[in-house]
Amino acid sequence: MSLIANVKVRHNNFALDVQLDIDPGETVAILGPNGAGKTTLLRALAGLVPIEGRVELAGQVLEDSALRLRVPTEERHIGLVFQDHVLFPHLSVLDNVAFGLQAQRRPEARQIARGWLERAGLAEKGSSMPRELSGGQAQRVALLRTLATDPRLLLLDEPLSALDVTIRAEVRRELSRQLASFGGVRLIVTHDPLEAIALADRLVVLENGRVVQSGTPEEVTARPRSRFVADLAGVNLLRGKGRGDHVELAGASIAAPDAGDGDVFAVIHPRAVALYLSRPEGTPRNVWHGEVEDIDLHGDRVRVRVKSPVPLVAEVTPAAVRDLRLHAGARVWVAFKATEVSVYPA
Amino acid sequence: MSQVRIPAALIALAGLGLLFFLLPLAGLIVRAPWDQAVAGITAPETVTALGLSLFCSVAATGIALVLGIPLAVVLSRNTGNLRGVMRALTTLPMVLPPVVGGVALLLAFGRRGLVGSLLDQAFGIQIPFTTAAAVMAETFVAMPFLVIAVEGGLRSLDPRYEEAARALGAKGWMVFARVTLPLLRPAIFSGAVLCWARALGEFGATITFAGNFPGRTQTVPIAVYVALETRPDSAIVLSLILLAVSVAILVGMRDRWLGAL
Repeated sequence: MSLIANVKVRHNNFALDVQLDIDPGETVAILGPNGAGKTTLLRALAGLVPIEGRVELAGQVLEDSALRLRVPTEERHIGLVFQDHVLFPHLSVLDNVAFGLQAQRRPEARQIARGWLERAGLAEKGSSMPRELSGGQAQRVALLRTLATDPRLLLLDEPLSALDVTIRAEVRRELSRQLASFGGVRLIVTHDPLEAIALADRLVVLENGRVVQSGTPEEVTARPRSRFVADLAGVNLLRGKGRGDHVELAGASIAAPDAGDGDVFAVIHPRAVALYLSRPEGTPRNVWHGEVEDIDLHGDRVRVRVKSPVPLVAEVTPAAVRDLRLHAGARVWVAFKATEVSVYPA
Repeated sequence: MSQVRIPAALIALAGLGLLFFLLPLAGLIVRAPWDQAVAGITAPETVTALGLSLFCSVAATGIALVLGIPLAVVLSRNTGNLRGVMRALTTLPMVLPPVVGGVALLLAFGRRGLVGSLLDQAFGIQIPFTTAAAVMAETFVAMPFLVIAVEGGLRSLDPRYEEAARALGAKGWMVFARVTLPLLRPAIFSGAVLCWARALGEFGATITFAGNFPGRTQTVPIAVYVALETRPDSAIVLSLILLAVSVAILVGMRDRWLGAL
């Protein structure tokens, strides 16, 4: 019942090239910034966008461009849940849920649909029209409508982003419960790291139409391989050439033990970066003079972005900001110890 | 909520435009021989013409719905050169003088016409100068209004409704009948009303292709034209009746269906 896909889509200036291998019972989140090609990938798997390549689901070939084979969307037995739900506005909630069952010519489609609504605690909403539902209810009905057709593959496009922030956590818990009870392949597309980490067992990070990284949320955030992931993990990510005991960057070099050889990433946590008003004399081997670019409050910490030969973010306390009179444009020294740098191959 | 003030010049021009519509109506109402109106309405010729007009215009609208909605679907889904040609063909009757349309219909369906001669030889069917001809003439002239309205509705329809239906396993016909068609209802109704109104007022194509036979092809507009030469008072009464029927139906439907019109 697994999904094996090799999807290539070419638009005017955009190329999507993704390989996926997902087992049933596993929830995978495609995470990436806007415009990375996430929704295009979802539509391609649903058969709404023609592709070059091959899609195989549960042993059945859904699409193979080399064989000119293409199973149309309505025969793929997949479930597609849109970002803003796309409930049929002219049909009652019950008829929306029954729609897919009627398409399958199941007898007593409405009876089965009523059962789905009852189990979801939405029985009394059956005769309501979609416009009378709250955002959270609409999201649940959209998911029920899809699950009722017993799809082999569930595709969710930004399932929570159309919802109010105040109810997101609740709907996310509910969604996570429903996903766990669904036995097929589950694929979620999102730009929200929180949503991805909360719902998925595995992340696939998509940028500019390509997979830049994949793995469990812990693996991905521990070793970011792109600016997008480094930002969501909140760390400094640098890319350069490993030279044994240091990493060469464009215009600078940082001391790091075990820097290896060849193209590498170097990660420094902002907590490890210290700021000084005068040049520090001490053990830190990495010291540069720079200028404060901007200052941002993150919970009870302050993140200070410094423009120096190596662009860095330092995390300090509000008291430190006050004592050092930090402000945009202030001249500071940045320093961190070589042992705080973690280096891994690019 | 404050709005941008409309410049005085625009208001003056708009007033002039409104007046241009109002004055002919006023002329009709002021000059109407009200003492003869009741007798005019109940006169057998009037009742016959009115009945025929209603029958023909409703029949034309029905045919336009059956043929025009599929045509609009095909037009809206097609891209490329073919669509341009098809679109030009369907909208041609809107710009063609109706009399020319009538002549064209004669050349196609007349006794010696392209299709008409075949129909005559094979089945002995002759279309011109029958009620069927009047219905055809009205359909020819009025259907483009429906096609254009429905095509516009299709274009503004969010394609994801149909995609969602397909992802749920619905095949082509079910998607059309249960999703596309119901969502198009407002566009279909406004298109049908426009089409019906155009059919009700049709004159040129009808008199050319169907002639002027009381009880068979003489619709109210033709009766008005004929009466104008011999009995101008009857012409005015007939015009008033046509006006009243049109206004009554437009006003009656406006709130329910024509919100967007």
